[in-house]
Amino acid sequence: MMQDYTRYVSQTGKDLKPSGIRKFFDLAASMEGVISLGVGEPDFITPWNIREAAIVSLEQGYTSYTANAGLLELRQEISTYLEKRFGVEYDSNNQIIVTIGASQGLDLAFRAILNRGDEVLIVEPAFVSYGPLVSLAGGTPIPVSTSPANGFKVTPEQIEQAITEKTKAVLLCSPNNPTGSTLTKEELTEIAKIIKKHDLLVISDEIYAELSYDEVFTSFAAIEGMYERTILLNGFSKGFAMTGWRLGFVAAPKPLTEVMLKIHQYTTMCAPHMLQHGAVEALRNTYHEVEAMKRSYRRRRNYVVQTLNQMGLECHTPGGAFYVFPSIRSTGLSSEQFAEQLLLEEKVAVVPGNVFGESGEGYVRCSYATSMPQLQEALKRMQHFIESRKLVKN
Amino acid sequence: MGYMNELEEMAMKLSSEEIEILRIIEENHKISVESIALMVESSEEQVRKTLKKLEDEKIIMSYPTLIDWSKVEGQENVIAMIDVKVTPKRGVGFDEVAKRIARFPEVSSLYLMSGAYDLSITIEGKSMNQIATFVSEKLSTIDNVISTTTHFMLKKYKHDGVLFTSGDDQDRRMVVSP
Repeated sequence: MMQDYTRYVSQTGKDLKPSGIRKFFDLAASMEGVISLGVGEPDFITPWNIREAAIVSLEQGYTSYTANAGLLELRQEISTYLEKRFGVEYDSNNQIIVTIGASQGLDLAFRAILNRGDEVLIVEPAFVSYGPLVSLAGGTPIPVSTSPANGFKVTPEQIEQAITEKTKAVLLCSPNNPTGSTLTKEELTEIAKIIKKHDLLVISDEIYAELSYDEVFTSFAAIEGMYERTILLNGFSKGFAMTGWRLGFVAAPKPLTEVMLKIHQYTTMCAPHMLQHGAVEALRNTYHEVEAMKRSYRRRRNYVVQTLNQMGLECHTPGGAFYVFPSIRSTGLSSEQFAEQLLLEEKVAVVPGNVFGESGEGYVRCSYATSMPQLQEALKRMQHFIESRKLVKN
Repeated sequence: MGYMNELEEMAMKLSSEEIEILRIIEENHKISVESIALMVESSEEQVRKTLKKLEDEKIIMSYPTLIDWSKVEGQENVIAMIDVKVTPKRGVGFDEVAKRIARFPEVSSLYLMSGAYDLSITIEGKSMNQIATFVSEKLSTIDNVISTTTHFMLKKYKHDGVLFTSGDDQDRRMVVSP
């Protein structure tokens, strides 16, 4: 007899919208010979020295729990890294928590600061998890749409317009997934004025910090007066090519880390011990490899941006991450139509922009974290798709 | 002391764009000039000019292809590394004898080393016999060669930065992810 589970499932669970990416994934996964520009992770495998450190850790039997906040040795390395690389100082004893990816850091941050009904402004187009995580923590996600005219960079005015008396925090992600847009120090400074004026917090998702190509990356916590108002999220996934390790960290003023640590110790206990040893090695000895990966992405970015523009899919040059976000408006198709038809006809997977929020409609996300030969072939197929259907009306 | 005189060639200062072009073709020299131009945000003409300059300056030495001959039936090579001690010659040091050895087509690489011996030579041949003949008849009969120690290579794991056996080149990622 079939059990009726709906009466068991929580209202929160029911209310949670399935990710728009899921449907597309199922379709793409069912096909053969697909070149995917839909992957949100590096095409590099984790550098060997990092893998080796984790293997050694296992061999030596580091299979126990660590401190809730993570290995002190790792927190010290993170502290040094944040100070040397971004000029922000965090005490390894009580201001840093090693998390299961930056994703868990997000969850901790929202749960630590939100009361029911509190609003969090989410700059869109945005990573798919932000809104649902805010909802799960009892808050209300409020989308703040950005404009392609401004390279999808949020302006202080756009933020201010969305602020109400319930607003508690703003979520920023720069370099951004899915648009790749990267805020400069000056732009962050202008945003900071609004944050201060309205007495808000910023949750700064800096997971793509290592992948900033044209400017030296500025952490939001490094902006004057913002250290006290920032929950900084970062991790090893993107810059160090360690997505599957699920290792990130959160750094914040002590009163906030204390609360996050309480939640972390009850939900997670700690991040995996042997993997944390890998992360220590990542921070100590991987600088040259990270730089080489960054150079490789930068080349591919230049190649993809110019090739897309040449074929009539207008796209701005993103300052970081490994995504380009071309407009497909000239084709007269919606994002979903474009992505679906491109997949079925040419076997190239891109992600429809609308899954990242309403302001992503009319765009698709293409990841260039794929080998050059694959990229070249994918772009050739896209060009064929557009030309054969005379989609671009010049 | 004499060693230093032999490391004579002056290094040349290049622009960051030139270095970037070198890195790109070092990975794959089959890439088109058009693609390189897009990657470094330059014109095809400029890239052609740069490549010509780098070739003229012998910074780009050649465009070889790495082939795993062990996978081709009948084409498997025997490879040996030979440590060679030589008496350096007044005035020319190790150069003269090294250049002389390097001219043999069997020699695929030759380096001057610090340490227990002087020259490190890699020899490729069709059989152990052929290599043995080369060592006894060609190499050890050269005037300044004092001694040779031959090591036969049993298996190649990595060559010129390329792994011969690993799963690292497989894409294990999911086809679409956020």
